[in-house]
Amino acid sequence: MSGHPERLRGVSLFTPFSMVLGLLVLIAGVFLLKRFVYGLGDVSNLSPGYPWGLWVTWDLIIGSSLGCGGFAMAMLIYVFNKGHYHPLMRPALVSSLFGYVLAGSAAVIDMGRWWQFYNLLLPWHWNFSSVMLETGLCVSAYTMLLFVENSPMVLERFGLEKWRQRIASVMWLIISIGILLPFMHQSSLGSILLVVGHKLSPLYLTPWLPLLFVSSVLAMGYALVVFEATVVTRSFRLASEHHMLSRLSTVIGWILAAWLLLRWADLLWRDALGDALVMTPLAASFWFENALALFAAIAFLSPAARRDEVWTFLAAVALLLFAIVYRFNAYLVAYTPAVDGYQYFPSVQEILVTLGMIAFEILAYVVVIKLFPVLHSPVRQAAHA
Amino acid sequence: MTLSRRQFLTGAGAGAATAACLVSAPAQAISREPKQMPEGALGMLFDSTLCIGCQACVSACRAANGVELGAVPAPLADWNAANTWAVADDLDGVTLNVIKVYRNGDASVKDRETNGFAFIKRNCLHCVDASCVSVCPVSAMIKDPVTGIVTHDASACLGCRYCSYGCPFGVPQFDLNNTFGQINKCEMCAHLQAQGGIPACCDVCPTGASLFGPVALLQAEAEARLAAEPGSLHQFPRGDIRADRPLHEAPIPIYQKHVYGETEVGGTQVRYLSAVPFEKLGLPQLGPDAPVRFVEGLQHKLYNYLLAPALALFGLAWAVRRNKPGIDAQDQARHGKEN
Ligand code: SF4
Ligand code: SF4
Ligand code: SF4
Repeated sequence: MSGHPERLRGVSLFTPFSMVLGLLVLIAGVFLLKRFVYGLGDVSNLSPGYPWGLWVTWDLIIGSSLGCGGFAMAMLIYVFNKGHYHPLMRPALVSSLFGYVLAGSAAVIDMGRWWQFYNLLLPWHWNFSSVMLETGLCVSAYTMLLFVENSPMVLERFGLEKWRQRIASVMWLIISIGILLPFMHQSSLGSILLVVGHKLSPLYLTPWLPLLFVSSVLAMGYALVVFEATVVTRSFRLASEHHMLSRLSTVIGWILAAWLLLRWADLLWRDALGDALVMTPLAASFWFENALALFAAIAFLSPAARRDEVWTFLAAVALLLFAIVYRFNAYLVAYTPAVDGYQYFPSVQEILVTLGMIAFEILAYVVVIKLFPVLHSPVRQAAHA
Repeated sequence: MTLSRRQFLTGAGAGAATAACLVSAPAQAISREPKQMPEGALGMLFDSTLCIGCQACVSACRAANGVELGAVPAPLADWNAANTWAVADDLDGVTLNVIKVYRNGDASVKDRETNGFAFIKRNCLHCVDASCVSVCPVSAMIKDPVTGIVTHDASACLGCRYCSYGCPFGVPQFDLNNTFGQINKCEMCAHLQAQGGIPACCDVCPTGASLFGPVALLQAEAEARLAAEPGSLHQFPRGDIRADRPLHEAPIPIYQKHVYGETEVGGTQVRYLSAVPFEKLGLPQLGPDAPVRFVEGLQHKLYNYLLAPALALFGLAWAVRRNKPGIDAQDQARHGKEN
């Protein structure tokens, strides 16, 4: 394998699978229209007790963390000088772009006064105490940057050699900023919860939230690369990239182990396990989250499992699930409104909008790897044999 | 509208642990200084034992702030044609205050914890170190430097609802059922005060349960009530504590020995007295630290003049510049071999 990145050829876009995805996108479009015509309350189950729901938690918080493959790989390759992972870089950057563009769109969809979004960009409105300000500006800046980071493949495709070289000459700076920014806003996504105080279970409210968020997102970034590389090579029957992935597994395993160590040392030191020892949905979700993390850590660190493609894939799935559940717990399940009597479960329409956005993301990814040189091993396995 | 025991208190030791975690020594070192209440701070004293549950304040609040509630259910529509008695269950996107009731057992005696009942008025507490002000990215929550009253500027607001999510008392609410909704919360009738008036709720309260005035005077009054002999007659001021309206004479009840809001989350300008424990009224036990102190301290340490990010960028750029040529060369070699 290891060719120069090329377009994926000979795979039809119009499969039944992509038709279903298209349908989901259409359905979401209808409900989005409703949301903008009749207001947030018309399609969502948000309430005075739960001002933030599925869209903030999944589309924004988790969506952006699922876009961290690019930053995680860039750090490994360029800061720790692991050039042999370079073939994984482009696909990771593409999926990062989608993750962030969708998180950005979700921010506008969920924004109650979306027609005033530009106030966020007007310096005389800025409140420097607000974590949300840092997050909003930083996410916007990073999304722009991702377009630039992804531009070489477009320029290559259209043969704009001069521009490609111009950008290549400053790429070192772009890459560096592209590593810094996610560190800033992904840790801020943890800091956002710090003000919630007594409304958040002690299982999740800790001064270490920013560190827990940013380090788990790093692990997520690598797991995502493993996940995507496996899915793409399998479903388009490309040559396996497993030898690279199994080396990556060790990195993921150690990050996750360190994460668990910090999390549990903090929980025990603060004597904060109370809410985990009662029969509540929160306790169940907490133990589920930790079981997933433990499974992933063991699988990534055991040499036998690491050599096996299926185990590596399962471990990556477990890690992604863990990080997703952790964020759901922190933002929703462990959150108790200040006033009794409110429950929240997303409405069908809310869920369909979210599903439509995921479907859109997958569709767009497939289109891009067909149109532009992203993948590094467009060599069919059959051709190899 | 009935208050019940907060579920999260069932977690063993949960409350205590919450209090402990952000006030540990290192966390204190990072936290920014507590904010002080302005000298001329204005506020409200709500004495639950004086409230008779008439909801005149709820009605007056709606009139004063132009709040229209949805129509009442059909069977009630006739006798309530003016919609006077429509009440919201709690604060919501349009409702700025509400009277709630605590009920226990047969609810036979007022201001008794078991087999009793008690009233509480809910509205913004105008915190001294307000979470909503701290978290708003576009400065749409404004704390007046002189009166300390927290108002909202809808023309700046993004509708992100972080203020709702973060407020310790669940106060600011976004009007979700409106195409162009906005955040609404009690602004202590700032518009009436500007014309020399006082908050509508305190103006109409017949017993002085909702009392307006400078926080310093209200606190002194609250302390005097706590110090007085239960059963002795007390002259309760009504409306504005500084005005000379006829006083309301009544015996002193057996109070909980605490003025709620004096210390909670760094102090609030709306304060409470009650005969039943405050948690029963939905006022949670909270430590003296404003949660925003730690976050702001951390944020400012990390981002002051963007110094730390700039340093980090410098280090990153150095490493990337050093490593990149080698990585590109490796790539070229791989590419070349295959061609
Ligand atoms: S009670 Fe809530 S809305 Fe009112 S000032 Fe305090 S934090 Fe802000
Ligand atoms: S909803 Fe509006 S007032 Fe509240 S934090 Fe967001 S921008 Fe600020
Ligand atoms: S001060 Fe005004 S806005 Fe606030 S609760 Fe009283 S009447 Fe309503």
